[in-house]
Amino acid sequence: MDAILLQILNGLDKGSAYALIALGLTLIFGTLGVVNFAHGALFMIGAFCAVTMQRLFGLSFETVDPDKTDFLGNPLKVKTPYLESWFGPEVGGALIDWSVPLAILLAIPVMLIIGYVMERGLIKHFYKRPHADQILVTFGLAIVLQELIKHYYGANPIQTPAPEALAGVAQLLPGVVYPIWRIVYFCFAVLIIGAVFAFLQFTTFGMVVRAGMADRETVGLLGIDIDKRFTLMFGMAAAVAGLAGVMYGPINAPNYHMGMDFLVLSFVVVVVGGMGSLPGAVAAGFLLGILESFASTTWATTTIPGINQIIIYLVAIIILLTRPRGLMGRKGVME
Amino acid sequence: MSKTDLTRRGVLRSGAIGGAGLALPTIFTASSASAFTNEPTGDTVTLGFNVPQTGPYADEGADELRAYELAVEHLNGGGDGGMLNTFSSKALEGSGILGKKVEYVTGDTQTKSDAARASAKSMIEKDGAIMITGGSSSGVAVAVQGLCQEAGVIFMAGLTHSNDTTGKDKKANGFRHFFNAYMSAAALAPVLKNLYGEDRKAYHLTADYTWGWTQQESIAAATEAMGWETVENVLTPLAATDFSSYIAPVLNSGADVLVLNHYGGNMVNSLTNAVQFGLRNKEVNGKNFEIVVPLFSRLMARGAGENIKGIVGSTNWHWSLQDEGSKAFVKSFGTKYGFPPSQAAHTCYVQTLLYADAVQRAGSFNPCDVAAALEGFEFDGMGNGPTLYRAADHQCFKDVLVVKGKENPTSEFDLLEVVEVTPAAQVTYPPDHPMFAGGQLGSCNPGA
Repeated sequence: MDAILLQILNGLDKGSAYALIALGLTLIFGTLGVVNFAHGALFMIGAFCAVTMQRLFGLSFETVDPDKTDFLGNPLKVKTPYLESWFGPEVGGALIDWSVPLAILLAIPVMLIIGYVMERGLIKHFYKRPHADQILVTFGLAIVLQELIKHYYGANPIQTPAPEALAGVAQLLPGVVYPIWRIVYFCFAVLIIGAVFAFLQFTTFGMVVRAGMADRETVGLLGIDIDKRFTLMFGMAAAVAGLAGVMYGPINAPNYHMGMDFLVLSFVVVVVGGMGSLPGAVAAGFLLGILESFASTTWATTTIPGINQIIIYLVAIIILLTRPRGLMGRKGVME
Repeated sequence: MSKTDLTRRGVLRSGAIGGAGLALPTIFTASSASAFTNEPTGDTVTLGFNVPQTGPYADEGADELRAYELAVEHLNGGGDGGMLNTFSSKALEGSGILGKKVEYVTGDTQTKSDAARASAKSMIEKDGAIMITGGSSSGVAVAVQGLCQEAGVIFMAGLTHSNDTTGKDKKANGFRHFFNAYMSAAALAPVLKNLYGEDRKAYHLTADYTWGWTQQESIAAATEAMGWETVENVLTPLAATDFSSYIAPVLNSGADVLVLNHYGGNMVNSLTNAVQFGLRNKEVNGKNFEIVVPLFSRLMARGAGENIKGIVGSTNWHWSLQDEGSKAFVKSFGTKYGFPPSQAAHTCYVQTLLYADAVQRAGSFNPCDVAAALEGFEFDGMGNGPTLYRAADHQCFKDVLVVKGKENPTSEFDLLEVVEVTPAAQVTYPPDHPMFAGGQLGSCNPGA
């Protein structure tokens, strides 16, 4: 029973990342009709916003410790972060410790700008081109972004630890513990998903966007600049992916190919949920996350060897064969 | 009246003789132009450095490339000479190899067997590389070693730890200075026994490819021999990034040790996940729960950050060693690049010098002469004490280090501390050991 609970929690956690990325993908597909293969790279850039924040907070000056020597036998240079020298070790240290959650403040404007520039500078020229062209250009962009990150940050994973207060485990039931940060990540994902839905549902801006998703031309004829709103939605989708990346850092150390690792799975999530369906993307994200977790248990892998590697694709095949539009897709899309 | 005697056998015999006769001039032309693949005829000789320049091991590959460039510099008489000054063989004088200036070309393995073979093939066929070296994965090493055997050039393996490289997949043209999974296990087991006792239950997570399989087999055999029980071995996909689903079952498995047969990014993530789930603070069967990572590297330790503290593993070499060879290499590398070399850099640098030395001693670039000079070669001054390049399988036997993640590092490089230097004799095994059985060294191929 404990094991089942743990796998459900793990699944919800994996599903949180899938759902957040898939949500952004669906927003872009639903509004602009663009299949954005660079979306995983946006997730990665978010994670590297946290890395950057951590490095900014860790900027330090060097003082020589004459009593110790470095690897070449020279006097050892000891680093003291500026934050610690300005605010004292307690306040300065605490700021450095909280650099990952604080990176959200950096990531929101950065991701909005990246999304805006990406859409205005590149994507808009491909609206009327076939999906294959869109995939090629966005995939190319993803590779460029990935290589840029590798060039500046290296190929090795970079640890971005959670604040110490959120780094341990929580006792959920007698004998059942679960990492606090993973619970935080799940709650954060639910919050972001809820905020996006509320924004689309309860604001005039969201209402117009939804109307535009249903019938772009009619909304345009009413004198509304729907293109501008869709561009903002692109920026918002980028910000959702970026925030998912920022908070994901303490779960697995960011590296330059993390975007690609998530991209294909997230596309499967989108297709299973139903192309263009926001609730479908979220539901499929959590569903596939949980299934993947259970497929990785020893019982599953010994019963059906390799099931952990194919489960998501297997489920996708079954769902698409029986319901081509996906779980919550509109009739006529993919059918 | 002429008599013809046409029989089937006669025609075949005549055809064979005629064909051989026609082919004869070609054979002579070929052998007179070149006695072996890429025989250097000018005043330079080209070496091929095949390292991961992209992909998950790109940082390791970059360090390997730095070491190769340093080795070439030293071979050509530049810099401070590094380990040429401490190497027990004095055949090399810093005037290139056999008087020819050393040049090099590089290839990108991408940590993919196909890409590695393609780049090695290109370096041999287009650039005229006479020796290929490098790599950062056993899958790549085995693939490139096979290609070099077919092409008739020497392969001096870089970082490859699978038993298979000098076991079932060994080749006459391939040589490995790096240690292997069996040696890691043989060095680790006594230390684990001292630290954690004889009565332990181990749960293994294993990367699902040649290295992971032989690593798990080796460490399970060594720990079971001292009394540990292997509770479970779960194979994890190489592409896995989140190991939480694999870690969660460990909590209720009754195991009190988790062995992570993972490397690179896999190890960084699985160790991070294990620490997240509180395994390091857990008590099972009345004992502290322990995590073991059989193969360590400093670059990996940097990726794992704080999580590596107190974790025990093995390594081929570490920059903090105080023998003359290690000190000379660290000084040379550290002065040039500003940070200490990794074990990957060390093994690649040493392999280059060993190849050059073998050519010099053999007095020929012919791969068969070079192989003969390397087989059974005993040397010292290269960082791991006296070392033997065993003739039977082309595996080096030398001291193995058991290391532990340092609790209080003084710098970003000072991450591991050496807890034991296991003597070579303790990690040596017979060439026909079951874990290395199944392949044949075959005979040397000079190509051409």
